[in-house]
Amino acid sequence: MSNRIDTIGAVLLAVIWVSPLLFAVWAAFHSTSDAVNFTLLSPWTLDNFRTAWAGAPWFQYFINTFLLVTTVLIGQFILTTLAGFAFAKLEFPGKDFVFILVLMQLFILPEVLIVENYAMVSRLGLFDTILGVGMPYMASAFGIFLMRQAFKSVPIELHEAARIEGCGLLGILWRVYVPLAKPTYLAYALVSVSTHWNNFLWPLIVTNSPETRPLTVGLSIFGAPENGVDISVISAATLMSVAPLLIAFLLFQRQFVQAFLRAGIK
Amino acid sequence: MTYFSRLGLASAVALGLATSASAETELTMYYPIAVGGALTEVVDEIVEGFEKENPDIKVSAIYSGNYDDTRVRALSALNSGEPAQLAVMFSIDAYDLIEQDLIVPFDDLVEDKAWLDSFYPALMANGKIEGKTWGIPFQRSTIVAYYNKDMFRKAGLDPESPPTTWYDLISMGKKLTNDDTYGIMIPSTAYPYWMFQALAIQNGKEVMSNDGLTTNFDDPQVVETLEFWKALSADHGVMPTGTVEWGTLRQAFLEGQTAMMWHSTGNLTAVKKNADFDFGVAMLPGNKRLGSPTGGGNFYIFKDTSDEEKAAALKLIEYMTAPEQAAAWSIATGYMGVSPAAYETKKLKSYTKEFPPALVARNQLEHAVAEFSTFETARVRDGLNNAIQSALTGAKTPKEALGEAQKTADRLLKAYR
Amino acid sequence: MNSHVNLERRRQAIYGWLLLTPAAILLSIFAFYPSIATLWSSLFSRNTRRRPSEYVGGENYTDLFADPTFWLVVKNNLLYAGVTIPVSIAIALAMALWANSKISARGFVRTAYFTPTVLPMIAAANLWLFFYTPGLGVLDQIGGLFGLPSVNWLGQPETALWAIIIVTIWKEAGFFMIFYLAALQTIPEDLKEAADIEGASRWTYTRRIVLPLLMPTTLFIMVNALINSVKLIDHLFILTKGGPSDASKLILYYIWEMAFAFFDAPHAAAMTIMVLLVLGIVAAIQFFYIDKRTHYQ
Repeated sequence: MSNRIDTIGAVLLAVIWVSPLLFAVWAAFHSTSDAVNFTLLSPWTLDNFRTAWAGAPWFQYFINTFLLVTTVLIGQFILTTLAGFAFAKLEFPGKDFVFILVLMQLFILPEVLIVENYAMVSRLGLFDTILGVGMPYMASAFGIFLMRQAFKSVPIELHEAARIEGCGLLGILWRVYVPLAKPTYLAYALVSVSTHWNNFLWPLIVTNSPETRPLTVGLSIFGAPENGVDISVISAATLMSVAPLLIAFLLFQRQFVQAFLRAGIK
Repeated sequence: MTYFSRLGLASAVALGLATSASAETELTMYYPIAVGGALTEVVDEIVEGFEKENPDIKVSAIYSGNYDDTRVRALSALNSGEPAQLAVMFSIDAYDLIEQDLIVPFDDLVEDKAWLDSFYPALMANGKIEGKTWGIPFQRSTIVAYYNKDMFRKAGLDPESPPTTWYDLISMGKKLTNDDTYGIMIPSTAYPYWMFQALAIQNGKEVMSNDGLTTNFDDPQVVETLEFWKALSADHGVMPTGTVEWGTLRQAFLEGQTAMMWHSTGNLTAVKKNADFDFGVAMLPGNKRLGSPTGGGNFYIFKDTSDEEKAAALKLIEYMTAPEQAAAWSIATGYMGVSPAAYETKKLKSYTKEFPPALVARNQLEHAVAEFSTFETARVRDGLNNAIQSALTGAKTPKEALGEAQKTADRLLKAYR
Repeated sequence: MNSHVNLERRRQAIYGWLLLTPAAILLSIFAFYPSIATLWSSLFSRNTRRRPSEYVGGENYTDLFADPTFWLVVKNNLLYAGVTIPVSIAIALAMALWANSKISARGFVRTAYFTPTVLPMIAAANLWLFFYTPGLGVLDQIGGLFGLPSVNWLGQPETALWAIIIVTIWKEAGFFMIFYLAALQTIPEDLKEAADIEGASRWTYTRRIVLPLLMPTTLFIMVNALINSVKLIDHLFILTKGGPSDASKLILYYIWEMAFAFFDAPHAAAMTIMVLLVLGIVAAIQFFYIDKRTHYQ
């Protein structure tokens, strides 16, 4: 009995949760007038997708977002691995102090520092480049923290064994620690990719041209013409821009959730 | 670090970002656009035509969203040393751009001063500051009234005589209002001050002085104007309560949710394309007089550019505002042809003959005044917008709200007087 | 022997610092230096054609304190945080408990809950615009079926912020659910069995055993939700732009507006500093107080 109530509650909530997406699908495949009037039997059409696709360089935006996400991820992996390892396994003076500094950065959000970060990126000559969009996020305190936790749990015996075989410190890091932390990397990658795929405010500020603009900024510009929005076309554009990540998620859902579970982010 | 810059470089090359070094002048132009999508093609076409005529000038025209977005884009490019020689920005950004020392007056650049006089004077008003001309009109508009002729017929009204006075507006609006439809919608998000300015002019009072130093928000006539706007919903019930969304209003009109809407003439072509009913376009009604502010975007040339670039930018502007292009742009969008000569072109002549509503905005120009613009314009405007919205949503009385806006404006403008 | 230890120690120190260097450089460039630069620039007036920039001390701060919009924005943000944090955590918990229980349609339910997470906020805002628009919007159409009057959700000061809050909760809850789900799976089955044998009701079991075990996760989520309540403003750009009459304006949006629309970097800087200060205080409380009271692994 209580199970049935649970099921009803759970499914009801689920339906509410996906309904905005469902309505977007509905709107995207119908003419604007049919969409807003909910003419249920009206014909389906691909016109909105055609209009939306022709209205902006979406393919370029996809590429930009993809490059951005990849750049950030590679940068984060390298930086957080090195720093996380130093914090987890090495003893050196000043370590605790630096660690507190890093933790502080958890609360110094890049989003809040947009003005100065923008000035910095310009000074470095990285304004309107994909690298410029990604750079402030590479030394992620969250990532460093996560890697530190993962490396800490690696048994010291493995470390010693590798050392006796003659591995240098970096060799040990690469051969022993990195493979063992794979689930953490995976989970971190998921968080990072979905964060940066979706990031908006910072790219809005530092990108200026279609050659660097990621999807989110492209979408907002596409959706903000001066004189009025066309709900169906916007829905079509929105669906196009969320499709890759959404499909990837639907396909790899199980692995996705498993990755989180195994990494034990908590 | 080097790995990443290589990666950045590699991706840049892959994307064809690498610009070829050559002797030609390269221009970067930022511009906003009216209805998104297809119109960027129109601009691209015009630019292509220009490049064909001027092979030594290369133009990259960057579409950058709405007016606010475009200003932010262009200015951040300038701040970070990215190239930007010219931009189409809000005609009312002029004060801020001057104050930031970012643009040059056209008087110093053009040899043929007659060119500056070839445009409609009303469209030049916003660009003329401290005796100089800082902006050249490009996508310019006035507010016009769109109305649904079918609904007029159904309500027993003459579809050829839309309201010309506030009184008619209310009485006709009441006849047009029923369970599914409002009589009129005047948008009050995004650009509420613009609509308000139209109403205030009609009520016989300007909301700001010509030197950009004083505002008249708390003038009794201005307060009365806001009371009238509010009364349209509160007392007469011909408009929905709360604010009316600018962005979705066109759709609402096309769906028959309102019999009349006030909107930019820049929407004309889109309405024409999508309306499945008989519609008309009229000048705004008047109270003490007729009137509408102008609106839209001007060309500006940035200060921090070389002389060759300035000359090339000027050439581009001359090309894009020439009668033929202005006519093509007007037909594609609904924006006005910026000069009388544009309306003498064969293209626009035959178009307006076949579609007379395209002339309404231009005819209204004789009643038009400069769009609201002062020093610190964004913030002063924001204060006014908030006052309008607070009054319309009932949070404050019109008098209270406008009084506060006036105080804010005084505080901000004090430094410039 | 002693020299060997010394050598090892020195080697570790060198390695440690070398490994930290890349991260340290980037953190300095994009977090610490900008924070200090922001503090510095908040002490100067704006540079304009008429009046060059000059040192004004705390004037930018007193200006803000005198600015009613600033206080309104602060109030909005407090409400935004005060509602989105607990509600999205509560919903996330409910979702996780459901998604972890043995109900039919579990796969669909899990997917549905998590879907908003992979949508960019900008895209989500576009979808919700379609929900909220008066007359045309889905909410109004549904309301219309029950004879309810049309409501201008985004156009009224009383509802605009709530409309924004709902979108945020919708977006966040599924993401937080994942963390709860992960934590729930680490709770050993025999605890549940033991509780059943003791005859404890499901509610008692949840309250007495599950919730305490989820405490560290809750803490982590809370920090995340708090950070989001400052930085998650993307949908404002699409839905309300902070209006009507600033009723839905949040502090980061105001900072953005101040800096990039009003060209007033010093006041933006002063606001930034205040936000950092508040976040810093919260961080301190988190580290030194709550941290000690929950058992960390």
